[in-house]
Amino acid sequence: MPGILKYILLISMSAVIILVWIMDPPQSTLGDISRIFYFHVPSAWVAVLAFAVGMFNSIGYLRKREMKFDIRAAASAELGLMFCILATVSGAFFAKKAWGTYWNWDPRQTSIFVLMLIYGAYLALRSAIDSEERRAALSAVYSILAFITVPFLIFVVPRIYDSLHPSNTVVNAGGKIQMPPPILTVFLVSLVCFTIIFFWLYGLQSKINIYLRNKKRAV
Amino acid sequence: MVKKSSGFLAGAAAVLIKDITSEFRTRYAINALVMFSLVTLTVVSIAIGRSNLNYDLAAAFLWVIIFFSAISGLGQSFIKEEEARTIYALRLYANPLAVFAGKFIFNSLLLLFLELIFVPLFFILLAVECGNILLLFLVILLGSLGLTGATTIIAAIIAKASVKGALFAVLSFPILLPLLVAAIGATEIAFSGGVFADAVRDLKLLVSYPVIMMTASTFLFEFIWNE
Repeated sequence: MPGILKYILLISMSAVIILVWIMDPPQSTLGDISRIFYFHVPSAWVAVLAFAVGMFNSIGYLRKREMKFDIRAAASAELGLMFCILATVSGAFFAKKAWGTYWNWDPRQTSIFVLMLIYGAYLALRSAIDSEERRAALSAVYSILAFITVPFLIFVVPRIYDSLHPSNTVVNAGGKIQMPPPILTVFLVSLVCFTIIFFWLYGLQSKINIYLRNKKRAV
Repeated sequence: MVKKSSGFLAGAAAVLIKDITSEFRTRYAINALVMFSLVTLTVVSIAIGRSNLNYDLAAAFLWVIIFFSAISGLGQSFIKEEEARTIYALRLYANPLAVFAGKFIFNSLLLLFLELIFVPLFFILLAVECGNILLLFLVILLGSLGLTGATTIIAAIIAKASVKGALFAVLSFPILLPLLVAAIGATEIAFSGGVFADAVRDLKLLVSYPVIMMTASTFLFEFIWNE
């Protein structure tokens, strides 16, 4: 990652953290707890983004058979699991305050839970295969297979229970953005910052995985 | 039993016949499936005693038992090839897609045979009434095809892994969840005597799921098979 981007990230992320506490809470009836929104939503977004990145790397591996794709897919799954847990836990606290229970199988809770299961299954599969090429190919196939089932989930899950998630906070049904401009600005900056942090960590994690692989081979 | 066959259908049929013959000799997979479903059914039946089950609970029990029974036996067809090292011969002689089709049909037949025994027992032991038997029949048929459509390729994946037992359920569950939710919903409608129109939403998913999983499997199977 270029050095200048790191400084921009430092400044904008600090600004977000400060502004989140100075500004009025985004939702007046819920009060302070709703400030979590600025971190909870970007975490969930990154968890989904990591899933897509992992799938593209998996396709790349099956097409080109280069190990770097497999290493990147593993890195994105590891980070995806972490952000998935962050989004789920922060969401559960938010849910306790807003709806009265930590967990109620709201559609988005169900989706993120299944995403967590997929990440867990993917990493469990990786740890169960010794041969490197075999692990890369099989886990790539599984990652693509899991990605294909996501549309079904979007189709089937919403009717388990009606959603308690606010549907008109970020984008309403008509596709119009419904947030006061200052809140929206901070939120979008936070979203961009989280995305940059993800790609930074993703690059670092890939490097670490390559280093560990080379070390293992040397021994 | 496996002859070198140029035709896809001939190859698939040969794999299917080979699997059925070897299953008749050992009866390993079918024993695992039937015994597992019997044991779980007994536990549920004893636990609920004489009280009546709600339709939603009964539908959930039915599919939970079918899911775990399937997991306990359906992996066997690929694991056996890997353990007996017959997989190399099969790889030389047969087209990968023919192997996949043969195994898929074998697994589907196995699961449908299990359900032939298990579903009547389920009604007898749990005293559940079914309002719309035709709908239930359709849901179980489509649900089973979806179940085998998704688990056949996962069985091929885990056959190559060093730890096999628990991994099958772990890998299958997230992928099967949409199918199970739709199947449980449609079964509940069938139990409570609903008509086909009530279950259209679930039936759409039950039809499209196996089709899409099979299509994806035909693309992806070769990558696993040649590994």
